[in-house]
This record gives sequence, C-alpha cells and structure tokens, in this order.
Amino acid sequence: MKRSLFGRLWPNVTAVILFIGFVFPVYWMFATAFKPTGDIISEDPVWFPADVTFEHFKRATGADHFWTYVGNSLIVTVCAVAFALVVALAGAFALARMRFKGRRGFVIGFMLAQMAPWEVMIIAMYMIVRDASMLNSLLPLTVFYMMMILPFTILTLRGFVAAVPRELEEAAMVDGCTRSQAFLKVILPLLAPGLMSTSLFGFITAWNEFPLVLVLNKEAESQTLPLWLSSFQTAFGNDWGATMAASSLFAIPILILFVFLQRRAVSGLTAGAVKG
Amino acid sequence: MTVQTERPPSGPVDVAKTTPSRPGGRRPATGKRSGAFVPYLLLLPACAATVLLLGWPLLKDVLLSFQNLNMAQLIQHVTEWNGVENYKQVLTGEDFWRVTLRSILFTAVNVALIMVAGTLIGLLLARLGKRMRLTLMLGLVLAWAMPVVAASTVYQWLFAQRFGVVNWVLDKLGWHSMADYSWTSSQMSTFFVVTLLIVWMSIPFVAINLYAATTTIPSELYEAASLDGAGVWKSFTTVTMPFLRPFLYATTFLEVIWVFKAFVQVFTINGGGPDRLTEILPVYAYIEGVGNQHYGMGAAIAVLTILILLGLTAYYLRIVLKQEEDEL
Repeated sequence: MKRSLFGRLWPNVTAVILFIGFVFPVYWMFATAFKPTGDIISEDPVWFPADVTFEHFKRATGADHFWTYVGNSLIVTVCAVAFALVVALAGAFALARMRFKGRRGFVIGFMLAQMAPWEVMIIAMYMIVRDASMLNSLLPLTVFYMMMILPFTILTLRGFVAAVPRELEEAAMVDGCTRSQAFLKVILPLLAPGLMSTSLFGFITAWNEFPLVLVLNKEAESQTLPLWLSSFQTAFGNDWGATMAASSLFAIPILILFVFLQRRAVSGLTAGAVKG
Repeated sequence: MTVQTERPPSGPVDVAKTTPSRPGGRRPATGKRSGAFVPYLLLLPACAATVLLLGWPLLKDVLLSFQNLNMAQLIQHVTEWNGVENYKQVLTGEDFWRVTLRSILFTAVNVALIMVAGTLIGLLLARLGKRMRLTLMLGLVLAWAMPVVAASTVYQWLFAQRFGVVNWVLDKLGWHSMADYSWTSSQMSTFFVVTLLIVWMSIPFVAINLYAATTTIPSELYEAASLDGAGVWKSFTTVTMPFLRPFLYATTFLEVIWVFKAFVQVFTINGGGPDRLTEILPVYAYIEGVGNQHYGMGAAIAVLTILILLGLTAYYLRIVLKQEEDEL
C-alpha cells in the first residue's frame, strides 16, 4: 500500500513549519544575544548574525548583584529539590509497596496537594512569613518551593517504585537482606532514572518560580533570577541585546538539563520495556 | 533474567493510571509483619510538610478574608475581624464578576487551542518518519523547557513596537498599519500575545505525551481492525480514540488548572494592563491585595478564585478520585 506523493509530503512539510514555529523564539533569543547592537536595531531584521559579540553578556553579568541572584537561585533550587527527594522517597515507597489503612486517602491527598493554587495563596504566605519576621530571607522560599514540588515528586516516584518488580525485592529478602537493605541495594539503583527525571521537573519548577519571590523578597540581596530577569527590561530600557543575553543565561541551564535528562530518563526505562 | 518495566510515567498525568495493575491475590502481607506503623512513619515527613506549608497558608487565606487588613493594620500588627464584609464588597462590586468572566473565557480559549493543536501535533508525530519526528520533538522540547519568565521576555522582544520581528513581518506582508504597532496598548492585542505564549509553551506537553500514549496502543488492534475492513478513519475512531480518551480528559483537566492560574505570563507581559483590562483572577487578587494593599480583600478574592477553580474542575476531579478508589 503506497501513499501518494502528497500523502507522504504534507506531514513532513507541516513538521518543518511547526519546527520553525516552536524553535524560532528560542533561536531569536540566542541570535539577539550574540548580535552586535547595530544588527539588533536595524530596519530589516538580521536573521543570521554574521558578527558575534559577547558585549551583551558582559553587560548582563555586570549588572548589580547578578552573581548574588545566581547564587540565591542555585541555593534555593538545589536545597528544595534535595529535601523534596528525601521526603518523597520515603513516602513514595510506603505508598507503592506497603498495605495499610488509609493509603488511598494519602494518595488522594497528595493528588489534591499537587493542584494547590500557589499563585493565589501568595497573600497568605506573605502574612505568614512576615509574622515570622522572615521576609527577605532564602529559608521561606526554600521550604515553600520544597512543598510546591513535593506532591508531584511523591506521586511520580510512587509510579517508579511500583514499576520495579516486586520479585526482585523479594528475592533479595529471601537471600537474607532486610527490607531496608533490599530497598537500598535493589530498588534505589533501579530508581536512578526515575529520581533523575523527577528531580529535573522539580528543579525546573523551583528555578522558574516567580510570584512568591516577587511578594516575599523586596531586597536585592535575597532575590532570585526570575525576578531579576523580569525587572531587567525596566532597568535597562530598550537594551534588547542585554535583555536577551540575560534571558539566555537564565534559560541555558534548564534547556541543557531538559534536553539531556529527558532523553536519558526515557531511554533508561524504555530499554527494559522493549526487552520484555 | 530480564527486567521488565512498565512504560515510564512521563508526567503527572499518567502516574495514576500507568501504575501496573498487579496480579491480585498475590500480595504478601508485608506491612503486618514488621510493625504496622512503619508506613505511617515513612509518610510522616511528607504529611507534616503538607499540613504546615500548604494547609496552614490555605487556612490563613480563609482567615485573612474575614479581616479588615489594610496598610494601617498591617503596620500596627492588629487583627480586625470584619465578618463577611470583604466578600460582600467583592461580590457586589462589578469588577469581580467582569474579571471572573474574563478568566473563564481566557481559560476556555487557551485550553481549546492547546488541546486541539496539541492532539493534532501528537498524531502528526506518530505519523512522521523517525528523523523528522526527532527533529520536531527537539523543537517541542526546547519550547517546553524554556523557562516562563525567559519566554515572556522573548515574546516581548518578538512583539516589540520598534524593531520587533512580528511587526516587521506584518508590515512586509502588506499590513502597513502594523509597522509600529504597540501590542501592549489594547486589551485584545495583549491577550493575543499572552495566549500565543501560553499555547506555545503548553502544546509540547500535550503533543509529546499524546505521542507516547499512541505508541502503547498494541498494533494487533489495528491489524484486527483492518481485517474487519476498517479504513483509516474507522480505525482511528474505534482504536486510537478510545485508547487516548482517558489521557485527553486528564490533560484537559490539568491544562484548565494551569491556564486558569497563569499568573506569571499575564503579569510579566503587561502587568494586567492596559488599564487593568487583562487581569485574570490570580492577577486581580495580587493587584488588589498586595498592589493596592487591601490584603483582606485580596484574600477574599483568592478564596473565591480557589472555589471557582474547584467548580471548574469538580467534574473531572470526581472521576479521578473514583478511579483512584477503584484502583487501590
């Protein structure tokens, strides 16, 4: 059964158009960041930058407090993800492997918690943090970010734990492992791809968070990159080169992590599925 | 021995459903042997965190909504209860209803666009050759991974009044009045940019997961369908769609939640402007509460927003909870 030339052609043509549509904003960000200013403010857009300059990146990284923001973002994000993973792993194991009264209630509870409308709760969170005299501090951000990613982390890890064959764990226990040894030696290594992709999504959520830090931290010393980026344009006026350089710097870690880890995480698991 | 794993749960959607349905009756009664309190102990940190960091703010929000809390009370640290005054003021005012209607329309348009385009692109992915599929996937993943604030900054540049690419293209296409158009100057054009941004960011999740879901459809089903004389369309409606339906429901539901509270996109593109005409409920709550320092009012709007969101998703929420109940 052969498809007509048209039938073979249109999916590919559509795919190319869609590819351009999805990639263009990302491409334009990088292209603008590397273009000399003269090419940015030209009457006709320069589609492919001929001269490359790092001038804009210098201006962006030279902005006040830039490295403070980078440090703050990293501390808050990494700590939130690490805490969430530890707390979630214990819970996910119980939910996936143990039978106990009220298990259903816990799962449903976390499913609901996952849908928490954080954007709408910022006023209450502001009041709580203010009453605790913790405004302009990284600690409230860290713990709230941890909470934002916790339900998702638990539910996803629960799926990954459940996917590890029960027989492997039982075999280890027959061979004399205790339950916790079986967990550490058998399940944990098999969970590596799951842990990676889960922490990746947690990392992205925390790295991107904007409304809470907008309300809580008004002092530059305690702000994070998203807030800096959103105010960058106000501070730098129509300096699109520097603004796009700033956006690029903010986006690069996530883009790399995402493209790299998404493939790893998926291939790690599907490898087993194909064999089965 | 080969390790057999289920397909990876590629996101929050599948998790509940792809949990392998273990053969029943074969479960060793593990919990009982080693102390029945162990699972609770393991869950304790997570539950404590949820109560403290999610439950408490939620409760606090409700409490605040019954207080008269403005600049003065905030500075003096006094608590003035004023009953349902905030709610009365919000619900009798015209603004709240206008913003609510706007939010619902905004959500409906965005979710419809995301779901239709996302589904079509997902099906297209299934139909493409390997190389082309990977290329398109790469494009989708890049858009998906793009951090929100960075993406909204880039969109502001794309739609910039001077030197923006979009205006240049429209001008070259013969629409000369757009050459110096300011996209943030009117309600509809601002919404257009925000919608484009949201749809662009959200399609990849739907498309890639939908494509992943199509790969789990056993090819035997298609063979059987074609043996029964089903054409392309027929096998699509009788095999593909029934398989994808639960996924589509779940995704629509998630997208409704995400779009309804799309604070960041709306706020960063134009701050709810011009003239507060593009405020959706979360932005409205923020601007009334934090911006205009009517914290009590803002909290009341927030509570109402949560209730509306619950109302919008109640139907699906019931299905999910029921499904979960059956599965466990």
